Amino acid sequence: MAMQGRPKPFFRRRKSCPFSGKDAPKIDYKDIRLLQRFVSERSKIVPSRITAVSAKKQRELAQAIKRARFLALLPYVLQ
Amino acid sequence: MAFYENVFIVRQDVSTQQVEEMTTRYSGLIEAGGGKVVSNEYWGLRNLTFRIKKNRKGHYVLLNIDAPAPAIQEMERNMRIDEDVIRYMTIRVPVLEEGQSAMLRNKDRRDDRDRERGRGRGYGRDEYEAPVVDRTAPGGGS
Repeated sequence: MAMQGRPKPFFRRRKSCPFSGKDAPKIDYKDIRLLQRFVSERSKIVPSRITAVSAKKQRELAQAIKRARFLALLPYVLQ
Repeated sequence: MAFYENVFIVRQDVSTQQVEEMTTRYSGLIEAGGGKVVSNEYWGLRNLTFRIKKNRKGHYVLLNIDAPAPAIQEMERNMRIDEDVIRYMTIRVPVLEEGQSAMLRNKDRRDDRDRERGRGRGYGRDEYEAPVVDRTAPGGGS
């Protein structure tokens, strides 16, 4: 991020965890629509540093994605 | 007794009626073991995202069970024997979900989803804020 001589080029607001706070969605292996948003185009689990999911929720999310994969609801790989 | 969620997938060439019979048969096994099937859901014939034993589609059934462990074991043993069941998974849950599961809830909005798909990646617009995939975030080079 090369900016012209400014000390702080961007101030990016800290994104908060999408699963924390009230009326946050519940992580569930049956909710493929929700899970699909946390996998890449090749169906890899997106790292939490990109999605801003908290560490605790990321572990839960990974578990749910793996369960959905086992049931063939989500692919393991997409060619 | 404990709460369990069981999902099993039945081969595609089995009729819906037979799937129903199987569901009642497994429910019967649970009851014989001293438990009960609180609710069951039929998700319909769904596409599998990859092939399982040469099947491209399968009937999905969800059972919400309140039963002692031996009853679950007996049911799983029968599922292993049954060749029509191509996959099953039982998970212990702290509480059983009430009402419809996320699967059926989403299905009700199917046309909605199909429309979204037409627009490329179907990021939900209404209920959740879609996470912004930001490749330039910390450590993202230069």
